[in-house]
Formats: sequence, structure tokens, C-alpha cells
Amino acid sequence: MAQLDFYTLLPTVVLMAWASGLLIADLFIPRDRKAWTAGLAALGLALALGLTLAQIGRTGTGFAGMVTLDPFAVLANSLLLVSGLLAVGLSFGYLRRRDIDRGEYYSLTLFSVAGMMLMTQAADLIVVFLALEMFSLPLYVLAAFARPQPDSEEAGLKYFLLGAFSAGFLIYGIALVYGATQTTALAGVVTAVATGTASLPLLAAGAGLILVGLGFKVAAVPFHMWTPDVYQGAPTSVTAFMAAGAKIAGFAALMRVFVQAFPVLGEKLTPILWTLAALTMFLGNLVAIAQSNIKRMLAYSSIAHAGYILMALTAYANPQMRQMAVSAALFYLLAYALTNFGAWGVVAALEKQNGGGLELNDYAGLGRKSPALAAAMTIFMLSFTGVPPTLGLIGKIYLFRVTVEAGFIGLAVIGVLTSLVSAYYYLRVVVVMYMREGEPEASMDGWHKAVIALSAALTVLLSLAPAALFSLVSGATLLF
Amino acid sequence: MLLSEATHSAGFFFLAPWLVFVPLIGLLINLIFGRRFSEKTIGTIASLAAGTDFVIAVLLAWSLAAAGGHEAQVTLAEWIHIGNLQLDWTFRVDTLSVMMMLVVSGVGTLIHIYAIGYMHEDVRYKNDPGRYRRFFIYLNLFIAMMMILVSGDSYLMLFVGWEGVGLCSFLLIGFWYDMDTLGRPSWANSNAAKKAFIANRVGDFGFLLAAFTMFWYFGTLQFDGVFAAAPQASEGVILAVTLFLLIGVTGKSAQIPLYIWLPDAMAGPTPVSALIHAATMVTAGVYLVARSAPLYSLSHQAQYIVAMVGGVTALFAATIAVGQYDIKKVLAYSTISQLGFMVAAVGMGAYVAGLFHLVTHAFFKALLFLSAGSVILGMERGHHHLAHHGHGDAHHEEEVFDPGDMRNMGNLRKRMPVTFTVYLIGALALGGIFPFAGFWSKDEILAEAFKEFKTVYWLLAIAAFFTAFYMGRQIWMVFFGNERTEVAAHAEESPRVITVPLMILAALSTLGGALNLPGLHTLETWVEHTFEAVGVHLNVGEFNLTVALSSTGLALLAIFLSWLLYGRKPLQAGDADPLKKMLGPIFTGMENKWWVDEGYQALVIDRYNDLARFLAQTLDWDFWHDWFHEKVIAGAYHGLVAFLSDPIDRGLIDAAANGLARLTKNSAASLRRLQNGFVRSYALSVLLGVVLIMGYLLIK
Repeated sequence: MAQLDFYTLLPTVVLMAWASGLLIADLFIPRDRKAWTAGLAALGLALALGLTLAQIGRTGTGFAGMVTLDPFAVLANSLLLVSGLLAVGLSFGYLRRRDIDRGEYYSLTLFSVAGMMLMTQAADLIVVFLALEMFSLPLYVLAAFARPQPDSEEAGLKYFLLGAFSAGFLIYGIALVYGATQTTALAGVVTAVATGTASLPLLAAGAGLILVGLGFKVAAVPFHMWTPDVYQGAPTSVTAFMAAGAKIAGFAALMRVFVQAFPVLGEKLTPILWTLAALTMFLGNLVAIAQSNIKRMLAYSSIAHAGYILMALTAYANPQMRQMAVSAALFYLLAYALTNFGAWGVVAALEKQNGGGLELNDYAGLGRKSPALAAAMTIFMLSFTGVPPTLGLIGKIYLFRVTVEAGFIGLAVIGVLTSLVSAYYYLRVVVVMYMREGEPEASMDGWHKAVIALSAALTVLLSLAPAALFSLVSGATLLF
Repeated sequence: MLLSEATHSAGFFFLAPWLVFVPLIGLLINLIFGRRFSEKTIGTIASLAAGTDFVIAVLLAWSLAAAGGHEAQVTLAEWIHIGNLQLDWTFRVDTLSVMMMLVVSGVGTLIHIYAIGYMHEDVRYKNDPGRYRRFFIYLNLFIAMMMILVSGDSYLMLFVGWEGVGLCSFLLIGFWYDMDTLGRPSWANSNAAKKAFIANRVGDFGFLLAAFTMFWYFGTLQFDGVFAAAPQASEGVILAVTLFLLIGVTGKSAQIPLYIWLPDAMAGPTPVSALIHAATMVTAGVYLVARSAPLYSLSHQAQYIVAMVGGVTALFAATIAVGQYDIKKVLAYSTISQLGFMVAAVGMGAYVAGLFHLVTHAFFKALLFLSAGSVILGMERGHHHLAHHGHGDAHHEEEVFDPGDMRNMGNLRKRMPVTFTVYLIGALALGGIFPFAGFWSKDEILAEAFKEFKTVYWLLAIAAFFTAFYMGRQIWMVFFGNERTEVAAHAEESPRVITVPLMILAALSTLGGALNLPGLHTLETWVEHTFEAVGVHLNVGEFNLTVALSSTGLALLAIFLSWLLYGRKPLQAGDADPLKKMLGPIFTGMENKWWVDEGYQALVIDRYNDLARFLAQTLDWDFWHDWFHEKVIAGAYHGLVAFLSDPIDRGLIDAAANGLARLTKNSAASLRRLQNGFVRSYALSVLLGVVLIMGYLLIK
């Protein structure tokens, strides 16, 4: 039994151990050889990815029902590990250029990934909280990694303070759930509701507070305000990782907790989710228009994308739509993660050593100066907008389909209209790149280039044959 | 059944598709690499392709003989499989198609060889040697298409070849598309090509209607299927099909009323006139009727109409031939007339006689055309000679000299003895003089006609008289008397590459009658297999001595008359034709082709143009464009647009859109101001969210 328990968490545990080892190993790696640390980090991620893939088809629970292993977790974990690999690929050259290539960066990244992976497998609210803190704390440090630059320190501090603030709501919500059901296990909550021993109003209040805590992590409005400041201040490679990883982990927890533990609260929570989704899409897309800094713009864009996913999850309580909503969200997270790394990769490439080069105007002339990079950026912007032939379009179609089929026509209309608005600021990047004169300077190492090229290629190619991805995400079922 | 399966059957039947492939390969080689080849190489490749086809045809004939005359079908590929319609690229090798293959490839090869020499000179007289290669490419394409035509196993495949040869005919008539027959810049030749194409389109339309009718009533276009279904069909259907086919025949085989294109087709180089417009393509209609014998044998009415069309055409064209001065025009009308003989024969059900005449005619008419080409070249050489040596009155004639006008010739037998000899043989064969080929075949037709179709017999007999007469006239005018121009006096004999094919054809024209001698009936025995297989019984052609003697007598009389008029007292330069004085307006009619072209112009073309003008100007432009589109639609549209654009679009929609955009931007800017950078404000926002959510849950 103990061996089986261990097996359910094997990749996470291995990654954790690897990160700890890396921390020690890094002490013996001289400053000018940090490529070794990066390589080892990538190796650890790859190893964990291999172990995760070996878990395909296996299911089960472990540690007295605290964690669970199911197809959903395997897919989400794989996605997280791939994100980690892409983040490492983007980081090395970037950190060196900005002169912040300190070895603990990679250990922190690995710890964070491990925490996120634990989050996707959490079958108990305590583990949810634990995992949340496990991946958040390294992220706070990473956000401030460019110290002593004030922007970065400010970002780290803000993220930490607000993170702690919202974590308070999360833990309070967990406490209320415990008060209502005398358990923190997701399965236990369902049992308590089924046997009638649960106090539903208290459970609803708890669920509402948990929603706040997780909503903070995925940057849903009105819990989003940290996002632009943190995304802007954090080193770009950290932002890329944070935008993808934290979102995947946050939504994974949201889906698992709400779909598994709170289906009974559907009627009460749906209007709240509806409003959050609408607000998030609306505000994210609208305020992005007013941004002139590309990192802030992408931050608001990431808020908006969280809104689209929330839109599909509004249907979480509908038994017929549940799996479709989860699949659509996973699909979109996959598409978003790929495009996200590409776009942030381009941003990192154009960022200057002193932290400049982040204004939209700095992209003028990129189309002529580095056509390949501009073409890649165009692909990412089109994918964010949802224009064929990109993965973003397929993902959006899937989300909108779920929303419409679940009967939330009004929400879908808001989604479509706001994504129409989004075309304005995404395409503005394209316009600036190709139609304005300028002398932008891009610098990337080979891994950085590879990440951008891979993201661009996959964004286009996968969109041409989405059937395989569909079957992949449709198979990602949630199990207790 | 695919090609590989076909090879299991004995013999060389599997070679059938190569009848098409070989000339295609030849033309592709010339097309792709020909630019670097010499003229000799190009001509040799093309001739080899045609020659290989002849060898294949011989092998097929041998295989067929070995198989006891049983037809073979070789399927190359699937073609159309829609519902019940199953049509493949199937080659039908039977005695009839093999006979046609032999004629096409045999005569075709000789003409290819001849063309090596002829075109060598022709392109130089026309000052454009670059077109030499193109000529042979077209010629090989023609052979390929002709092979598809004669070997197709269905009406549709036949039609592919039918259209293909039509295209080649168009391309080759218009070969010197930017000049007239005398080499002057003009669109005359290309107009001739268009005329041929359009007249043939009319015929093809008939063919298509026949094909549609067959498909509708019989459900198939495959020969055996059609013939099997036909006896169950009503008489009306059969009549419709056969008469529609007849329209196609009158187009392709130049019969009344669509024959008008063939004389103009002489604008093409002489080998083309010989190959396409005398020996092979124009006989496709005769082949079509023979191939459709099971259909025609079901309807006496149709047979009678076909026979009458042939008979009338034979006589009508023969009278026109009498009044022509151009050496090739005479032959062109003669061809129409002789095609009339063939069509009349197959119409009467005398298929063997018709086909027999088709073969012999291919020999002697190809011979005559090629010899005429040799004569023209001889005249050109004389003209060239004079122009270069700067004496005589050639300079004055530079612009107007016509090397094909018989009035410019005379006494050429002295200067071109070989050409004269072979021409004479051809003329005797055409005139139907014993023992030349034409005598046997024409007599068989007349004998058949004499049995049942008396009207047709008389038409054909008189036509035969005219035939001998105009050929006599031509021989006297061209080769006897005295030289009517300097050019004729300096004409030169053609080289061997031209004369050798002529001699071979002369031999064939002399001995061709042996193919189906009375009593032996070789050809009849040969093609019988094909006709018997589809249930058409052939009568053994009987030799009718009375008919033979009377037609020979008529021919000799005609030759004597021509001698009286043109031989005894030779035409002098500038003299009018002696017949003109004797016949007056009748000869004028012959001279002017009975004004048929003018009649078509007045009755059809002008009316057509009037209609087109009415449709284009009055209906389309004035009514449809000016009034309906400009006034009604565009006017209303402009009015609407003016309304929509100013008050509605600019006043309302633009304002709304711009306002919305401004609102969006403004709200974005003001929302942005919420982001003030203070953690306390951000926390407040979170708290606000919490309060709202909890408040909602409490109220709920």
C-alpha cells in the first residue's frame, strides 16, 4: 500500500528530490558554468516527464485519499512539465544577458513545478492549500529574482503580500467547508452532502472563499490586480513560466475541487462564475487596449484568457457538460501555454540588458529587421486573437461550443465580442512590427530560438490536425 | 479486364494501345527536344512513329487472321463508371478497325515521308523554317487521334478521336495562319481553319445528339451494347439516332449541306490536304456509318436518306470541280464527290463497296494531292529561279503569282516527268479506267446501286462521267499544251524524298483493285467477320458487266470530250475556259461553286450576325445594360446608397461606431487608472470581490 501511495506521486517526489539535489550541486558549479545547472534542471524535468508519461493509463489514490492519480492529472502534469522545460529553455540565455544567472533560479523553478503538479493531484483541500503555497512561494522569490532592481523587488513583494492575503481567504474557505462537512477530503464532502449531514449555506460560503483564493491564482477579475504589476516587474522568463504554470495549476485545482466536490452548489455558484467570467473577459480585453508596455499588455491578455476558460467552467455543475467543459479548458490551457511561451519568448528576445525595449514602439521595424521573429510573433498574436490557422482558434471554438451548448448564450456573446475587441491590441503589435520604421535589436541563444520556433510551429501545425488533441483532452477524465 | 489480362489472349492484340502511344511519344520527343534537332531528324522521328504504327497495324491484322477474324477488346484503363454507364478506354481490334488502321498508318507514313521534303521547301518559300517542327508534331497528333477514332470500342471514345482529328484539322488548315494561300499577310488561312472547325462543330453537335439519344434509350455507348439494344428500340428512335449521326457524317465527311469547309481546307499544306482532307479524316464519316451498320440496317428510311445525300453530293461536287482553276480545289471538290460515292454506298448497305472505295480512294487521292503538291513545288521552284536570276517578268508577278492556278501551268510533263506519270496514274484511277484501282471500287458501288437504288445509280453514273471529264481537263491543262507562263517553263522536278512516296502510291493506285477483285472478294471476306458478328449480313458484290462497260464507256467519252476541249486546241495564256463559251451561265455557276458559300452567307451567316447584333446591341446593351442595369438597378442602387451613406452611414452608424470606439478607449483609460500600483488598493479589490460573492451567497 505504501509503495502504491508513493507511486501516485512519483514524478512530483522525484522532481522535488531533484530540485533539492540541484540546489546542492549548484554550489559546486562556478558562476560561468551555470549552463550545467540549467541542463541538470532540464534533465530533471525530462525525467519527471518520462515518469509522468509512464503513469498514463494508471489510476488510484494515495496517502489515505489525500492525492489522486487520474488521466486528468497525468495530462495536466505533462503540460506543466513541458511548460517547465520551455521556461528553462527561455531562461538561460535571458538570465545571462540580464546578469542574473544565479543557480537557485532553476531549483526554484523545479520546486514550483513540483508544487503545481501536487496541486493537480490534490484530492483533499489541505493538500490544495499545501500545493498552492508550495508553488507560490518559489514564484514570489522568482518574481523578485532580478534584485536589486526595484521593479522586480516590488513585483515579488506585491505578489507575496497579495498572495498571502488571498491565501487567507482560501484557508478560511477550507475551514468553512470543514465546518459544514467535518471533512476536508473532496470525496468526503460529496458523501456528507449525499447523507444530508452537511450544512449547505456554510458549504457555499466555503466554496465561495475557495473560489476567491483560486481565482487570485488564475488572475480572475476582481482578484487580478496584482497581475500587470507582477508580470511587468518580474524577469520576463519568470513571467512566461508564471503565466502558463500558475494558470494551469490554478485551473486544475479549480476544476478538481468544484467539479468533484461542489457539483451540488452548481445553482448557487453558476451566477458567480458567470459574472466572474464576464468581468474577466471584459476588463482584461478592454484595459489591454490602453497599454503601451508589451508586458502589461500581455498581462491583461492573460487575464482575458483566464476569463475565456472560466466561461467554459461556468457549466461545471451540468452533468452532461462537465467533461466537455474540463476537456475544453484543458485544450485551451494547452493552446494558451504554447502560444504564451512563444509570445513571452519574443518579448524576452527584444528586452534590452537594462530592462528597456518593452514598449510597443520598440517593436517597430521588426518585420524587416528579423522577419522570422516577426512572423513568429504574428502567429502568436493571431493565436491569441483566435484567427486561423492557429491553435488559439480551435481552442476558442471548443470553449464557445461548450458555453453555447450549456445554454449560456449571453456569456458566449460577451466572449465573442470581447475577443473581437482583443483583435485591436493583438493586431496592433503586427501593424507596428510590419508598418512602422524602426531598428529593433533581438538577441537570443539557440535554446531560446528553439522555444519560439517550436511554439510557432506547434501553434500552426496542431491547429491543422486538432483531432488528435481533441481525443487527448477528451480522455482526460477526473477521478476520485 | 486490364492490359495485362489482354496479353493472355494470343497474338499481338496487347499492342493496340501503342497505336496511340507511339505517335504521342514521337510528338513528345519532337516537342521537347525538337528545338535542337535538324529538320531531317524531326521528320525521321515523326515518320518512324507513323511507320511503327503501320507495323503494329500489320501485326494486329496478322493476329486477327490467326484468330479467325474474331475481334479482340483491349482495355487500357477505366474511364467513366457512373451508375449504369460503364465506359473504359477499350480498344476494339476487329477486321473493320484494322482495315482503317492499315490505311491510316500506311498512307500516313508515306505522307510523313513526303512531307519531310515538301515542308523543307514550303517553310522556306513562306520564310519561316521554325514551323517545320510544329508541322510534324501536329501530324503525329493527328495519327494518334485517328487511331483513337478507328479503334475506340464505344461511341464516346470514337467521339474523342473524332474531336481530336477535328482539332488537328483546324491546326493544320491554319498552319500558315498569318497568311493566305499565296503567302501574303492575311487572315485567309486562319479563316479557312475557323470555317472548317465551325462547320464540323455543327456536325459534332449532331453526333452528340445521337450519343445522348443512344445513352437515353440504350443505356450505353459501347458498340456491342448499343447494337444489342437497338433491335428492341422503336423505329423513331433508330431513325433519330441514325439521322443525328448523319449530321455528324455530313460535317466530317464533307457532304451536303456541311461540305463547304473542305475546299477552303486546301489552305493547309499539301500533305495535310492529302492525309487529312482526302485519305483519312474525311473518311471517318464513312467509317462511322459502316461501324453503325446494325443501326442503319434497321431503318430503310435512314439508309435511303444517307444514300441520297451521298449521291447528290457526288454529282453536285463533281459539277463544281469542272469549273475550278486551282489544281487543289479541283481535287478538293473531287474528294467531296468521291466521299459522296462512299457515303452513298454505305447508305445503300453496300458496306464492302464503300469501304473498298475508301481504301482505293485513299491511295489515288493521296497520290493526286501529293502530286499536285509536287507540281506546285515545281512551279514555286521555277518562280524562285526566275526571281533570283532576274529575268522574265517574274518581278511583275511577284505579288500575284499563284503557283496552284492551272491557268499558269501547261506542258509540265516535259519538266516534271515523274510527277506527270504518277499524276496520270492517279487521274486514271480516279476516272475509273480499267484496270486501275478506282475502276474496281467505283464499279462495285455502281453495280450495287444499279440493283435497288436506281436514282442513286443515275446520280453516281453522271458524277462518274464528270469525274473523268474534270480529271481529263486537269491533265490537259497542267501537263500538255504549251507553257502559259515563264514560271511553268522553268518548273523543276521534285527530289526523291517526294517522288518515291508518289511512286509507291502510284503502284498502290494501280494494283489496289486487287484487294477485292470480283470472284475473289478478299476485302469482303476480311471485313465480313466484323459485320456478321453484329448481325449484319453482307451481300457478295456481283460484277455487273453492263454497268462496268457503260461506266467505262462514259468515262472514255468524258476523256475524249476533255481532249476535244482542252487537248486538241490547248489553252493559251489569257484565254477564257472554252466551256465558258459553250455553257455560258451554267459554267459560271460551276466556276462560282453554285454560289453556295454566298447562299450560306446570305441565309445563315448574315441572319446569324443580325440576330447576334440584335441580342448584343438591342437586347443586351440597350435593354439589359443601359436600361435595366444602368437605369433601374444602378440608378436605384445609387439612390439607395446616397441615402444610406450620408444620413444613415455617416450620420448614424459611423457616429455610433466612432462613439463606441471612443467610449471603449476612454473607459479603458479610466479603468487603467484603477491600477494605481498600491497594494492596499489591490487588496481592497480582492476584498470587494469577497464581499460581493459572500453577499450574493447570503441573499440567495
